[in-house]
Amino acid sequence: MSRVEVRDLAVVLGTRTVLSGVDFEVGGGDWLAVIGANGAGKSTLLRALAGLLPHSGEVLVDGVPLRRLKPRQRARLLAYAPQTPALPADMTVFDYALLGRTPYIPHLGRESRGDREVTASVLERLDLSSFASRALGHLSGGERQRVVLARALTQQAPVLLLDEPTTALDLGHQQHVLELVDRLRLADGLTVVTTLHDLSLAGQYADSMMLVAGGGTAASGTPAEVLTEELIGRHFDARVRVATGVAGRPEVHLERP
Amino acid sequence: MTRLSRPSAPSGDKDAPVGGEIVPPGGRSVAARRAPRRAAGLGLAPASAACFFLLASMLAALLAGAADMAPGKVALQLLDWLPFVSLDSGLAPVERALLFELRLPRVLLAAIVGGLLACAGAGYQGVFRNPLADPYLLGAAAGAGLTTTAAIVFMKGDGSALVVPVAAFAGAVGGVLLAYALGNVAGRGGGTATLVLAGVAVTSFLSAVQTFLQQLNVEELQRIYSWILGNVGGGWDQVWLVAPYALVSVVVLLLYGRLLDVLSVGDDEAASLGLDVARVRLVVLLAASLATASAVAVSGLIGFVGIVVPHVVRRLAGGSYRVVLPISLVGGGAFLVLADLIARTVIAPAELPIGVVTAFVGAPFFVAVLRLTRRVDT
Ligand SMILES: Nc1ncnc2c1ncn2[C@@H]1O[C@H](COP(=O)(O)OP(=O)(O)OP(=O)(O)O)[C@@H](O)[C@H]1O
Ligand SMILES: [Mg+2]
Repeated sequence: MSRVEVRDLAVVLGTRTVLSGVDFEVGGGDWLAVIGANGAGKSTLLRALAGLLPHSGEVLVDGVPLRRLKPRQRARLLAYAPQTPALPADMTVFDYALLGRTPYIPHLGRESRGDREVTASVLERLDLSSFASRALGHLSGGERQRVVLARALTQQAPVLLLDEPTTALDLGHQQHVLELVDRLRLADGLTVVTTLHDLSLAGQYADSMMLVAGGGTAASGTPAEVLTEELIGRHFDARVRVATGVAGRPEVHLERP
Repeated sequence: MTRLSRPSAPSGDKDAPVGGEIVPPGGRSVAARRAPRRAAGLGLAPASAACFFLLASMLAALLAGAADMAPGKVALQLLDWLPFVSLDSGLAPVERALLFELRLPRVLLAAIVGGLLACAGAGYQGVFRNPLADPYLLGAAAGAGLTTTAAIVFMKGDGSALVVPVAAFAGAVGGVLLAYALGNVAGRGGGTATLVLAGVAVTSFLSAVQTFLQQLNVEELQRIYSWILGNVGGGWDQVWLVAPYALVSVVVLLLYGRLLDVLSVGDDEAASLGLDVARVRLVVLLAASLATASAVAVSGLIGFVGIVVPHVVRRLAGGSYRVVLPISLVGGGAFLVLADLIARTVIAPAELPIGVVTAFVGAPFFVAVLRLTRRVDT
């Protein structure tokens, strides 16, 4: 189980400081949900964690600064699934999931039988075995989301960074994907960082939450500490009522003005 | 508002296998035994079909031609040249020389040039993630056009046979490097969009200079045009000239097939998989440009092969670059051998420029492809 620490992270995009002074920790095997309004910098934060953006400050996994690692070593620690993944329409599901083995395949070499076995078993776990030879262009939105997750899981990295894993999914598929991530986390001890737009959903799955606003951390703590009527009203400009649901987890209801 | 509530405990539904451990490499599982064995490997059926197509078209191109030789005798003669075979073909020594010095190198050169252009086209398409990219996208054609025009104009017909190929090669490489430098200056970070724009700018600038030079020397127009429209009749000299560059660029391109597949999922995802995106892009661009420049040096500016062939391959054999690159190499060779066969037989004893033939086949095809991809894109 890998522990993620972020110290004084700052990201400048173009001439704009999108994030500054971000500090947080995610314990090994924990689930952190990052929330915030559109354009708050959630995706930017995840991209910086994955090492895809120039940034200042430190990101450490199990105490090792990611800066010191080569890209391939980093890719064995962190798997990242973007908000809007590019899925080549004519690539098969199996070949796409197999790309997750890239950090283990020699630069100009080809995959080993072991890489294929890992890929096949991940597809089986995600109920995708029957899709293995289908083209990505011929999948529904929910199937695609699962395939992207499969690609991230074949990476066998202890930390999963998922940017909006439930966008464009219907209710059933949202639940399906999040349950899946949760069970994988419990089974394999994965540390999970997700951004999520549905606050109640985020509150139900995450161990801890972080609210990003104004280029930094506006609040962090347990879901009950972050999902308050006052904080949501201020940072999302929304009128909500927060009720306490099952197991003390907060539920956020929109109120009509 | 609809509310999702969290199932209290993992129920024993169809997602149950999720709890299982991922098998470590080496361990076997049911899933592993069911893994598609050649999912990312070279499709054997398309590969052998392409090889068959190449051999058949080369054979046809060797048997037929302007000179009136009986195909049967030519076939016997070809067999005679195979090691350990000795036959009497009945061809006159002059005919034999013609077959060996003209037809054979011409067929080989067509195969090499076609393979290079198709492979380079596939490489460019991978780098730019655009199936409509072609080997001339970054100014290779305009650069070669300019330097070759200059060579023809200033040498006035004297100078060795090497002048044109060397000038064309240098111009093609120079055009690409110019576009690459400009693209990097304009859009730091090496994004592909600025690179394409830089290619457009370099192409129109160099073409303008070339047109100007050409207008000042109207008497050389014929030679300039016949070079531009392409010709693979350069003989053994040109085959040996192009061979080493062809070999190097093709080997590099074939080695990078898998990395082009990784690149196809987007810069961010590729980088998150540990890939040095900028470096892969640069190496493939260099290799594809080397292939283009060497093809251009010995054959002129033959169009459409670089787009048409990878496209057909993609439709028939799937989109993985590990398949598209090698099959385009073979299929491109076959396509150009056939195009050249048409070029030199249709109005024999006169010849059509080979670029006219490829464009004649390629242009309608291009329109059809555009229509098909539009349906997929939107
Ligand atoms: N390349 C860039 N240059 C300058 N600003 C950028 C760049 N990319 C993103 N931004 C800005 O950075 C801010 C944060 O973007 P980010 O994508 O992280 O938001 P987000 O919180 O993920 O939003 P959403 O909820 O809509 O996904 C936005 O205001 C965006 O306009
Ligand atoms: Mg976002």
